[in-house]
Amino acid sequence: MTSATSRSETKPGGTPAAASPAQLGNRPKPAPPAGTPVRVTGAQSLVRSLEAMNVEVVFGIPGGTILPAYDPLLDSTKVRHVLVRHEQGAGHAATGYAQATGKVGVCMATSGPGATNLVTPLADANMDSVPVVAITGQQSRPLIGTDAFQEADICGITMPVTKHNFLVTDPVDIPRVIAEAFHLASTGRPGPVLVDIPKDVLQENTSFSWPPEMRLPGYRPTLRPHGKQVREAARLVAEARRPVLYVGGGVIKAQASEQLKQLAELTGIPVVTTLMARGSFPDSHPQHLGMPGMHGSVAAVAAMQRADLLVALGARFDDRVTGQLSSFAPEAKIVHADIDPAEISKNRKADVPIVGDCAEIITELIDAVKAETDRLGEPDLAPWWTQIDAWRQTFPAGYEWPEDGTLSPQYVIERIGQLVGPDAVYTAGVGQHQMWAAQFIKYENPRTWLNSGGLGTMGYAVPAAMGAKFGVPDKQVWAIDGDGCFQMTNQELATCAIEGAPIKVAVINNGNLGMVRQWQNLFYAERYSNTDLGTHKHRIPDFTLLAEALGCAGLRCETKDEVDEVIRRAMEINDRPVVIDFVVGKDAQVWPMVAAGTGNDEIMAARGIRPLFDDDEVSQ
Amino acid sequence: MSTHTLSVLVENVPGVLARVAGLFSRRGFNIESLAVGPTENSEVSRMTIVVAVEELPLEQVTKQLNKLVNVIKIVELEPGTSVQRELLLVKVRADATVRSQVLETVQLFRAKVVDVSPEALTIEATGTGDKLSALLRMLEPYGVREIVQSGMVAVGRGPRSITASTPR
Repeated sequence: MTSATSRSETKPGGTPAAASPAQLGNRPKPAPPAGTPVRVTGAQSLVRSLEAMNVEVVFGIPGGTILPAYDPLLDSTKVRHVLVRHEQGAGHAATGYAQATGKVGVCMATSGPGATNLVTPLADANMDSVPVVAITGQQSRPLIGTDAFQEADICGITMPVTKHNFLVTDPVDIPRVIAEAFHLASTGRPGPVLVDIPKDVLQENTSFSWPPEMRLPGYRPTLRPHGKQVREAARLVAEARRPVLYVGGGVIKAQASEQLKQLAELTGIPVVTTLMARGSFPDSHPQHLGMPGMHGSVAAVAAMQRADLLVALGARFDDRVTGQLSSFAPEAKIVHADIDPAEISKNRKADVPIVGDCAEIITELIDAVKAETDRLGEPDLAPWWTQIDAWRQTFPAGYEWPEDGTLSPQYVIERIGQLVGPDAVYTAGVGQHQMWAAQFIKYENPRTWLNSGGLGTMGYAVPAAMGAKFGVPDKQVWAIDGDGCFQMTNQELATCAIEGAPIKVAVINNGNLGMVRQWQNLFYAERYSNTDLGTHKHRIPDFTLLAEALGCAGLRCETKDEVDEVIRRAMEINDRPVVIDFVVGKDAQVWPMVAAGTGNDEIMAARGIRPLFDDDEVSQ
Repeated sequence: MSTHTLSVLVENVPGVLARVAGLFSRRGFNIESLAVGPTENSEVSRMTIVVAVEELPLEQVTKQLNKLVNVIKIVELEPGTSVQRELLLVKVRADATVRSQVLETVQLFRAKVVDVSPEALTIEATGTGDKLSALLRMLEPYGVREIVQSGMVAVGRGPRSITASTPR
């Protein structure tokens, strides 16, 4: 079924007729493309290449220069096109799809503004290492460089924010370039790849054969770790008395959660999971200390600060994790394992660098650690755990109810997590609600927490949730969004309603750009410059009415008593997307907090409460 | 800060210079000189890049360069074990009264005159940056009208070739 027919069969009420993502897998599969060349147009070659790459869904919007590609797309029985409302939505949907499934997400746009609207999601995917392939139309070859209508040098524009990009100048190259784009996007350190195809290249006759021969002489990612480095890391692990496993998003990308659990349980080492790694290690696991960094748990931050060994696995020592770099984990030796050699020693010098795929590294590290402990005996981590448990008990994750009696945003998010459970997929925008969703929802499985970590893209939640829903249609997908973020990309709810992606959106509506307001409260003498969105004061927009207008169910919740009921009601509605307007207090703040530019020792557990590390040193 | 000379083998495809130059500018690395040209393999170009960075940032430069898909190989060439050359064309005021003195300087530096007019000489010289600076200092008093200088190119000494094992 193609997007065109699915749209025509959709009832006016927004109920999808037969276009549910759940049915994607039931479609008849065409015969695999033959190895012998066949005569096709460039556009047909493109669609055949996407089919050959097993692309099941493309998010996009047609326009002048990409028009030729949309014609054969209409006939494809394998590739479903989801017509989005804005190219940014297409890009984030591709990212959400990729993060939820581990497959490559695909988006498509026309030249000029269509392509430039993809820049934000590409930069987002680049920062968070998400495998995305973007296909853009380009002005015909003779017009390139003439400032033609809707011409933009999208390869030049996206060079710094993609892993690689291509301008196709000969239609015969299309299969090879598409194969290379998918290969680059999904292997090594994953990332976005853009393929720009001029209109006349799409229209020209050419030959198609599959599989093409890839030509990437400069691309050889290292997957297998160096055995000596792994043994050296194991020696440090065996010798350490205050070690921490510092787990980043690379563990999820490498599908190494099972190996990570084995390593953690074998060694008894405490685990922290970064914002990008939430779900890679079960939150319910007793060795899990929570999230490190600016809004991390006191136990996670303190453990890293006092550690004598950090084993960084697929993490990149981001400034939001390290705080002031010079005072970060001052006593720790560093084992840094990453598939991207450029990450190693970029911010913090590694004592033992290990380049490779995290799954392979951890697997080999398990054996090497066993060999070391056979030789040296099991290290005694009991004093370390006594210290950590003291931090955990004294400074548990928590929040206070607003004194003005308004609804607590943390409570709302916590209840969503508890009622919806760890099998759902959660996405978030950027800001306070994102941090609370990272702190108060308990994640047990990888690929259940999708957010914009590196770029911090407001507006990510709704389109990413849409993309995730197409990827994992049988799972509940909840977007935890803020009222600021929601107003950036909520038009994709129309796409969700029409194309059959019944996501849930919890708008944590505090009437303000909450995180900015928090900083104004803390660092700008409570001078609230341009952070009041008026969504409380004027109820503009009315999110329930907006939701209904976009073909969704609109619910509202303003008191604690209504929270559970409204979440349950949202869970029961599955024929269309649901938006819940949670009207919450504007003064709630995200704690703990390490103020920007300060060291992690300055962590504040709550306003005015600074854990005094010096009083409770581990005696070693 | 110390200068380092990197020989970078890249795919001979459009946009590769922009990728390399863009990487240097967005990562805040300074290029002192850059020269690009063909190699014995028509599908491979060779860039000689001189950067002024400390040891650790240099590691970042090479790692980030290596991440560019079109970059095939990077070799750092040490001054002691490589031949490093720049090309200088300089137009010097040299009328009949000083011409013989200028020509003497040209000979001392094993440079050559490539264009002559009644008032000026154009001199071609190759060598290391130091040698070319010394030549310019000597020519300065006569009146230097115009200078054009290439980036440095460099090749390792001895029989080994960095392009020999280029995958293709």
